[in-house]
Amino acid sequence: MGAPRFKAGDRVKVLRAYPVGHIRTPHYIRGCVGEVERICGAFPNPEELAQMRSGEPKQPLYRVRFRQRDVWPGYRGADSDVVEVEIYQHWLDAA
Amino acid sequence: MKDEGSYRRLSYFQLMEVTLRELLVEKGLLTEEQIEAEVEDMRSRTPERGAKVVARAWVDAAFRKRLLLDGTKACEELGLDVPKLRLVVVENTPDVHNAIVCTLCSCYPRMLLGIPPDWYKSRNYRSRMVREPRAVLEEFGLRIPDNVTIRVHDSTADMRYLVLPMRPAGTEAWDEVRLASLVNRDCMIGVALPGAS
Repeated sequence: MGAPRFKAGDRVKVLRAYPVGHIRTPHYIRGCVGEVERICGAFPNPEELAQMRSGEPKQPLYRVRFRQRDVWPGYRGADSDVVEVEIYQHWLDAA
Repeated sequence: MKDEGSYRRLSYFQLMEVTLRELLVEKGLLTEEQIEAEVEDMRSRTPERGAKVVARAWVDAAFRKRLLLDGTKACEELGLDVPKLRLVVVENTPDVHNAIVCTLCSCYPRMLLGIPPDWYKSRNYRSRMVREPRAVLEEFGLRIPDNVTIRVHDSTADMRYLVLPMRPAGTEAWDEVRLASLVNRDCMIGVALPGAS
């Protein structure tokens, strides 16, 4: 893989896309904007692995932190509550 | 009269498991011994492994730092093999409470906690823990004050998560083994606090 496109602290937006197949980006987080918490490394693309392909080139994987208020309308809890989700680079855009 | 006994029909998934296993053996892809060894290995992994890691982090600040930086490597220091998947340890503080879920399936730090409890795999826990964590935690008997941030970790991909709970007050003089006895499975998932089972 090349250098990761994002770094910790960057604002990113998850694609709002609904392809078929084995997707590890949960539905509830698609379209949401969050902040990169860390880069986890590079891993074979699970969408490719599920099709019995090699998963290469590896995809950078990020842990992205989202404010719960931005994810769920009417969220009940503290303003500071967050959810962190692992998302592969090809699911992210700069926000 | 001959007693025929009673038997239970296999469920759909049990039948599928038996069929697949027998086929794998028949085709020479796996042996019965290999399957048995793997099952034994899974059975031997219990939450005591995780508790050992937590207790060490409580008594050894340098280890704690390494553990938070690279969970996999720090566990290897303790002689715990944490194969394949990367471990991320998340630390509870007076301001942050962490909890773990896998909304997609049931990813779980098996290498340290063993086989996940059924509730962890339930649709109820998986769908609600991300959406209303405070309500779910209350159902576990854990009330988190509003001035504490709840950080939910959805393990959707290649990382596995373990919560490092806060060391309970009044345990300053305790040794590592006694401390480990306070740490149960649920507090390493983030749905309980140590010593409060």
